[in-house]
Amino acid sequence: MEKREYKKIVEKNTPSAPKLRNAIIAFLIGGFMGVLGNFLVDIYSFYFNIGSKDASVFMIITLVFLGCFLTCLGFFDKWVNFAKCGLIIPITGFAHAMMSAALEYRKEGLVTGIGANMFKLAGSVIIFGVVSAYIFGLLRIFIMGV
Amino acid sequence: MIYFNSFIFCGLVCLLGQIILDNTKLTPGHITSIFVIVGAFLDTFNLYDKIVLWAGGGALVPITSFGHLLIHGAMDTVNNFGVMGLFMGMFDLTSSGIVAAIVFSFVLSLIFQPRD
Repeated sequence: MEKREYKKIVEKNTPSAPKLRNAIIAFLIGGFMGVLGNFLVDIYSFYFNIGSKDASVFMIITLVFLGCFLTCLGFFDKWVNFAKCGLIIPITGFAHAMMSAALEYRKEGLVTGIGANMFKLAGSVIIFGVVSAYIFGLLRIFIMGV
Repeated sequence: MIYFNSFIFCGLVCLLGQIILDNTKLTPGHITSIFVIVGAFLDTFNLYDKIVLWAGGGALVPITSFGHLLIHGAMDTVNNFGVMGLFMGMFDLTSSGIVAAIVFSFVLSLIFQPRD
């Protein structure tokens, strides 16, 4: 059989992902994460008596910790499979990517394993963020002065 | 009301990501990178600050806020040092998230064994 025909048949028979269901779940879980973030900001600014800007830093640290810890316990992989972008787009997805890389390469040693591979999945976020922020920063200096 | 706004904004960002993930061949890594770039772009002209005012903590949870904080920190030092400030202050505001992720994942990976 020709390769092209084979490809056609494969494409026809792969089950199509339930797009609508995925989208609704991502919307609900993502929205819930947003509410949780805002709730944590309110809690921290109330109990530690700090401004909402400092409280949001605490909130990000809390969410990163939750993402890392739940990945270690093995829950988070299942939840990510279920909610997909609802948990990948929030900052927990960044923590999850780093944590699962660190766990996976743990057996290859501290330096060659964890040290070399921790940013394997999450590094693209930092690199593209820094490069794009630099370019946009230059643009803004040229266009608006500061 | 701000809770409702957080729900709507964070949910919409995740919905957008899910639609891109389902209908193209991009991986989750591509999508998070795209959203960071979008966040940096929106904050270039101070649009993201208005979203943060409207949606509160909900606007700081998605990965778009990472790009927003990167350029925000850079612009703060640009005010004092000119173009060289772009090199100096970029991680000022994001360092909390990055350091937390590095420290927690290093320490926890020493304690826990990988599942399956």
